[in-house]
Amino acid sequence: MIVIDKLTKAFGYYPVLRGIDLTVERGQFVGLLGPNGSGKTTLLRILAGLSKPTTGRVTIGGWQVPEEIAAVQRQIGIVSHLPLLYDTLTAEENLLFFARLYNLPTSERADRAHTMLKRVGLEKRSRDLVQTYSRGMQQRLAIARALLHDPAILFVDAPYTGLDQDASALLDELLREVTGITEGARTAIMTTHDLRRAYNLTSHIVILSRGKVGYYDTTATLSVNDLPQIYATTTGAAAA
Amino acid sequence: MNANKNEFRTPYWRVVGTIAWKDLRAEIRGREMVTSMMLFAAISVMIFSFALELDDQAQQETVSGVLWVTIAYAGTLGLGRSLSAEKDKGSLDALLIAPISRSALFYGKMLGNLLFTTAVGILMMALLTILFNINLFLPLLLLVVILGCLGFSATGTLVASMSVYARAREVLLPILLLPIVLPVIISATRSSVAIITELGTEDWLPWIQLLIFIDIGYMALAFFLFDFIVEE
Amino acid sequence: MEYSSQRTAWLTILTYVSIGLVIASAIMILAYARPEQVQGNAQKLFYIHLGTFFGSFVLFGAAVFAGIQYLRTRHNRWDDLGLASIEVGLIFSLVTIVSGAAWARPIWNTWWTWDPRLTTVAVMWLTYAAYLMLRAGIEDPDRRRRFAAVYGILAFSSVIFTVIIIRVRPDTIHPVAAGPTLSETDVTGAFDMTPRIVQTLLFSIFTYVLVSIIITWHRIRLENRAHQVQQRKVNLLMNT
Repeated sequence: MIVIDKLTKAFGYYPVLRGIDLTVERGQFVGLLGPNGSGKTTLLRILAGLSKPTTGRVTIGGWQVPEEIAAVQRQIGIVSHLPLLYDTLTAEENLLFFARLYNLPTSERADRAHTMLKRVGLEKRSRDLVQTYSRGMQQRLAIARALLHDPAILFVDAPYTGLDQDASALLDELLREVTGITEGARTAIMTTHDLRRAYNLTSHIVILSRGKVGYYDTTATLSVNDLPQIYATTTGAAAA
Repeated sequence: MNANKNEFRTPYWRVVGTIAWKDLRAEIRGREMVTSMMLFAAISVMIFSFALELDDQAQQETVSGVLWVTIAYAGTLGLGRSLSAEKDKGSLDALLIAPISRSALFYGKMLGNLLFTTAVGILMMALLTILFNINLFLPLLLLVVILGCLGFSATGTLVASMSVYARAREVLLPILLLPIVLPVIISATRSSVAIITELGTEDWLPWIQLLIFIDIGYMALAFFLFDFIVEE
Repeated sequence: MEYSSQRTAWLTILTYVSIGLVIASAIMILAYARPEQVQGNAQKLFYIHLGTFFGSFVLFGAAVFAGIQYLRTRHNRWDDLGLASIEVGLIFSLVTIVSGAAWARPIWNTWWTWDPRLTTVAVMWLTYAAYLMLRAGIEDPDRRRRFAAVYGILAFSSVIFTVIIIRVRPDTIHPVAAGPTLSETDVTGAFDMTPRIVQTLLFSIFTYVLVSIIITWHRIRLENRAHQVQQRKVNLLMNT
């Protein structure tokens, strides 16, 4: 589904990604771990076509990114630590706006928006302005927005930033559902600093270290207690 | 590759309309931008009338200067907000990954800004008509206001989409924008003067033609340059 | 990215040639071209005035070319050219403005007047000063180069406006050096060109355009040095 080949990215003189090779198959949920500055967010932005790679190749579903991004855009959705929503519009208006941008058929737009609002448990607040929402509700609405056009691939960048326990638990639940068996296997990549959460949610773990893939394995073969040790060795070894 | 690019994309004009409509909707809700622009414009007129203390004759000649200076400053105020609203909550990213052409995104934002700036321009026309006792509600002048605001929003949206990434962006925007937008302001002011003082066609027509020419030039330039601003 | 010794030799030769040309043009201005009948020696400022204006015109034009090339190829050297030519262009147009003011004092009896030509030149200068402000305000180097290229192209509109203003505004008192004018008011300070004046003028323009290019070349080399230092710093940091 997603093939990354010798990808590098430099900001000015500072190399952020220094040769990433990674293949993500359909239905996999990859947890992208790594310390700050290891290039997690940059990698996701390149995959979403928001940032241009310096060298290397990325293909998504056989299409070149960023050259053929137009063909890929309907297949991807993003959730980030920012809500990516408009404060002075209601939840419903936000979703309808993006539904129009994605050119969903006029007859389906309202239905789709309501289905999604229900899906994330916000149907009762759908006519309230987004600025009155709590952080957790905004984040759930952000997921509804990202899934509005039913993309096959979801990029999730540090979604737990600023969420409390309960909101995080709700988000866990939601992410598990939208990427898991209930809705057909969606391919997803999520960056996070929370090792336990990554372990519980994802099918594969990738640890980035200084712009390279330092560790890659399926979550199933790992034990949750080993993960902190692996993380420390992977990121620590490069720093030494 | 280019040939089949468009089949994945949402139709161009639908995107332009949707984005402008979204800005309009948010503005009708929040009323932050137009309210502050209009208050600012009203206060500027007061300051001008105190500072200039004009007699009737001089008023006729200065009123278009007051009109355009105020539109430019009030417009700059609005532009800064229009673009920072997209950037600060990250919604610009959501727009950029949507299957839309980036120039459509630009023209959508531009159209929204055009509506707000023109609203301020029309308010100014009313205000100056009352306070300076000169009838500014002339069809030709309205045309000039729309054309001037068009040039202003085209350059303004382009420049503001750069300044929004800068430190001290509120300060940087007028510094970057006003010298670029000057040709628009000058030709709009000159044609306004000629229309208000009821000079002949040969006195305002060349300026309106120049204004249209500059508008088209800047809008075409923006079409090519906006892509490079939003990519990374 | 070391400079080949051949290029350095070329630059050295051209530097000496341009110093020689400046001296030669000074001699021509002072001794060869006779004082103009009405304006006397004040008219001699005109050679420098026009020479430096052409210099800055060429440089600002080069910045447009550099901007287009940068956006197409993303080679840093085009950004260096853009920055260098605008910096040097600012100095040259400052000389144009100052020499014009010094000339206007005896001829127009004022240092400065809000004539359309003078106003647009002042705005042109401020536009390019704003270019430097923009560069200073953007931290991410790639973004800074992109925005600088875009603004460098936009800023040229102020140059075009300066050139055409005296052809569309009939109320300027600024003399038009070449081409037709619409001027209805008395253009104060125009004079008849004798062959010697024309020869001296063409020679000065050639000289100052060459000088502007040579100084820009030196400025680019300085920028290259700065890049090398940066690059070494990064390499050092990355390898420790």
